[in-house]
Amino acid sequence: MSEGPPGTSARHDRLLEDLADNLTPVRRLRTPWLRGLSWFVGAVALGLALMPLADVEGLRIRMALPDLRYAALGALLTALTAAIATFQTSVPGRSASWALLPLAPTALWVGASGLGCLRNWVAPGTNLADGGETGGCLVFLLAFSVPLSLALVLMLRRACPLRPNLTAALGGLAAAAGAAALLVPFHPHDATVTDLAAHLVVVAGIIAANGLAGGRLLAGEAGRG
Amino acid sequence: MALEDRLAAAMAAAQGGDAAAYRALLRDCLPVIAGMARAQGVRADGIDDVVQDTLLTIHKARATYDPARPFLPWLRAIAQRRAIDVMRRGGRRPREVHDPVAYEAHADHEPVPGQALETRERDRALAQAVAALPPGQREAVEHLAFRERSLAEAAILTGRSKGALKVNLHRALKALRLTLTRDKGEGDV
Repeated sequence: MSEGPPGTSARHDRLLEDLADNLTPVRRLRTPWLRGLSWFVGAVALGLALMPLADVEGLRIRMALPDLRYAALGALLTALTAAIATFQTSVPGRSASWALLPLAPTALWVGASGLGCLRNWVAPGTNLADGGETGGCLVFLLAFSVPLSLALVLMLRRACPLRPNLTAALGGLAAAAGAAALLVPFHPHDATVTDLAAHLVVVAGIIAANGLAGGRLLAGEAGRG
Repeated sequence: MALEDRLAAAMAAAQGGDAAAYRALLRDCLPVIAGMARAQGVRADGIDDVVQDTLLTIHKARATYDPARPFLPWLRAIAQRRAIDVMRRGGRRPREVHDPVAYEAHADHEPVPGQALETRERDRALAQAVAALPPGQREAVEHLAFRERSLAEAAILTGRSKGALKVNLHRALKALRLTLTRDKGEGDV
């Protein structure tokens, strides 16, 4: 069985016996699809709970504009697909290619948001954000990213991400996109270049923070032997 | 029954708490993991570390296995990652260099006359001192010092946190130092 130096077999046997002696029944993790969907439904439920505070009439007008509609749809799809990719990459044996799943929705989200900025030039007089409003949106993004990220980390505590940094970065993308989608009903203005740039910086920051902190956290949980 | 089916069935039983099935599964996995590590390019002296790390990860990650899917790809993913970790650790170790002076000046490892008696006496005193420790501290010394297990391994096997193990080890070493110094002092008088 073992081909190492003398004592190797005894070393393996001892660990093997210890592990078997310490065996306790475990509840199997549900499929990554189901866990990703559960997290997404939770985020949507949070958005619905906040709807009474939203400017519904303003939202209806903004959603009539294709770029804002597609940006919101892109953020929602990014949150969903990134969450599924997060849970897929947290299970040993699943392909790292799952990380590509949120690429197309992310392109739609960022692309549609960028197109919205052009309205500043082609349609002067649009309701644009001033500095205070942009600051408020950023606080909103951060405030929602943190609980969404924490929910993901909690749901990943029994998983075993063998690439913890990739899983954590995908989780960060899911949380940032989820927060951006939740922001839509409360966003009182259309996108500007500075607004979009600030959002991108915050989103990148959230992904990086998740990658760094979450990567270590997840590696500590199960990624390391 | 084919290896794949046998391992998948044993893992499903182990998830339900069947220790005998788990023991048989881990035993069957040993040569498979070693083979996977070799295929990954791990050197002969690192194979055992890969096997040990992989066994520990299997134990920690057993809830992630889905019996509806094949077992070997799940195992292979873990073994390959642990093999990469071991190769990275090996890459950071200082490499052997040709140094005739250092070779000539290297101390002889053979024991000096009378050392065996002294060692036996010291071992006896240490065993007594360890036996007198509180259970938590004794457990930390046995796993971390005597069996040379990592904090992660010891945490799994004892069910204590890494922090608690560190504190217990620290307290145990302090107590042992006091006891052994006192014994030595009394012996000298």
